Amino acid sequence: MIAEWPWIVVALLGAYHGLDPSMGWLFAVALGLQERRRSKVVWALVPIALGHLASIAIVVALVGGLRLAGPLETCLRPAGAIALILFGVFRFLWPRAHPRWVAMRVNSLELGLWSFLMASAHGAGLMLFPILMDVMPMKGLAMRHRGHMPIIAHTALEGLAVLAVHTAAMLLVMGTIALLVYERFGLAILKSAWVNLDFVWNGALIAAGIMSFFV
Amino acid sequence: MALWKPDPTFYPSSRMATAAPPETLAYIVALNPTPSNGRHDALCVLDLDPKSSTYGRLVGQVEMPNVGDELHHFGWNACSAALCPYAPHPHVERRYLLVPGLRSSRIHVIDTKPDPRNPRIVRVIEAEEIASRAGYSRPHTIHCGPDAIYVSALGAPNGEGPGGIFLLDCETFDVLGRWEIDRGPQYFAYDFWWNLGHDVLVTSEWGTPNMFEKGLVPELLLGEKYGRAVHVWDLKRRTHVRKLDAGEGYQLVFELRPAHDPTKAYGFVNCVLSTKDLSGSIWVWHRANGDWTMKKIIDIPAEPASEDQLPPMLKGFKAVPPLPTDINLSLDDRFLYVSCWGTGDMKQYDLSDPFNPKLTGSVRLGGIVSHAPHPKSGPLNGAMQMVEVSRDGRRIYVSNSLYSAIDEQFYPEGIKGWVAKLDANPSGGLALDPNFLVQFEHLRPHQIRLEGGDCSSDSFCYP
Repeated sequence: MIAEWPWIVVALLGAYHGLDPSMGWLFAVALGLQERRRSKVVWALVPIALGHLASIAIVVALVGGLRLAGPLETCLRPAGAIALILFGVFRFLWPRAHPRWVAMRVNSLELGLWSFLMASAHGAGLMLFPILMDVMPMKGLAMRHRGHMPIIAHTALEGLAVLAVHTAAMLLVMGTIALLVYERFGLAILKSAWVNLDFVWNGALIAAGIMSFFV
Repeated sequence: MALWKPDPTFYPSSRMATAAPPETLAYIVALNPTPSNGRHDALCVLDLDPKSSTYGRLVGQVEMPNVGDELHHFGWNACSAALCPYAPHPHVERRYLLVPGLRSSRIHVIDTKPDPRNPRIVRVIEAEEIASRAGYSRPHTIHCGPDAIYVSALGAPNGEGPGGIFLLDCETFDVLGRWEIDRGPQYFAYDFWWNLGHDVLVTSEWGTPNMFEKGLVPELLLGEKYGRAVHVWDLKRRTHVRKLDAGEGYQLVFELRPAHDPTKAYGFVNCVLSTKDLSGSIWVWHRANGDWTMKKIIDIPAEPASEDQLPPMLKGFKAVPPLPTDINLSLDDRFLYVSCWGTGDMKQYDLSDPFNPKLTGSVRLGGIVSHAPHPKSGPLNGAMQMVEVSRDGRRIYVSNSLYSAIDEQFYPEGIKGWVAKLDANPSGGLALDPNFLVQFEHLRPHQIRLEGGDCSSDSFCYP
């Protein structure tokens, strides 16, 4: 297996959220259409990306921190795996369990909060768990290339890298689609292209949970 | 059941929905005006496919399980609002009709699949459930919203006020509870809708159930005790923002028809009666300088009539009021249809400029004095009342009853139910379809809903 695979997965997951209309680009387009300004679409992408980043950062910080805390490490893997599986099952059973949000007119803080809630409700951060277990350093175990670096700095560096790669991929895909739909295709594309990937995503959550036991 | 692609009847914008295929079925609620005979209200299915051998005929019927529900308005479990960007659930189906009994306070959940011509009742939400979970009764208007089904209720379980709005889940149909957090001065309820692009909900006013369930009370009407205001609410915070009072003499502010384009900050509402001269009027609510306000744009005068032509309640006035009791706005926000249930007119106004109406068409059918005939039937009683417009704006369907207790006040001879169709010219103009008339035996038709959506069923989040 190639060494870059965790990073490819991190980027692909970001791209997937960028593609999903319910995670942000559609809201950006709606805000642009409401004011008939392309700049509004671009403006909206920033808080959406930051809200998404914040949701993921919580999981990254939690896993990174617990990996450093030595004794908890043995429980961390099964706990994360079970959390993923339970969350996937929960979303199968209650697919429409979402934070309540009814507001079109939002400032950047509200838009960021909305994105944070949507990302959290979809388990965007949780999905990264198996990868984090792979890339984050663990106490007492010298890591591959950065053995000379203080372990806490190593953790921070890896965490920031995960956030950067994931968010950049999401922003790139989300921004491209938002502008293409706003400028060229129009929203009629929703009728044919908005396929229901809930089953795939929920299944992936469970699969990632099972995988976490072994990776 | 979740769909693989968005329900094909959902459209991101009203503009796109005007290109929807023509309807091939209509659902019509019909009430039995004399519950003492033990017969049940029903949901009827009308064939509207011109290629069908049963075109223009009733092809199906679901009877309600109880007697005396007084079916009135109804709506879909899901519509284009499911595509709204902040709470999307595009893969639910437009499938269930929620049919409230205005008198019984039951809500019937009726499944239109697998056979749209043979819908089936799959659940009945009892009055007690609505009362205990939301504190309301007499459910009226149903709108599928961005996050839930919204239902207006005209009063409290004891028949007094306040009336308000409660929410239902669009798949389980559980009563989620009362919508308002702060109702301010609002007490009366009737219709509601919203300007989604502006995060604003609007409600209108009739009276408490005790004020109308035995018919309109003349003393209350002349004493101006019924509602006459529109309330503007913050949709996000669920709080009252502004009371827009039509002012002295105006009574019964009913149907709210906001512009379908969510970027527009206006809508139309009908005021049934002015106690000064029995005229009816149309108003526009709109946002100006950051605040909401309301302005009268159309006056429809009463017509002189001799006493012997009038029901007891109107004899003293020697005039027949127009009684604009229902209105409907085409999906392109251009034409407003106004049913004048007193005189019998259906008026079509061009409201491209919402403050500058142009009368572009008028057809008369029935009416208290005129009893204007249909080519297929001769003179008709009742008059065009509930009006529904096809998504392409070309076909207008009308039914002739209002509310059982009020029917008897204005048409004491008793209303014989019918549904007629008008054809609208896309550039303005209205004509009666001489070949289309559906006559009912003992039931009275009220609201009409078109398969796949119509001009008062869907809300849109995109222009």
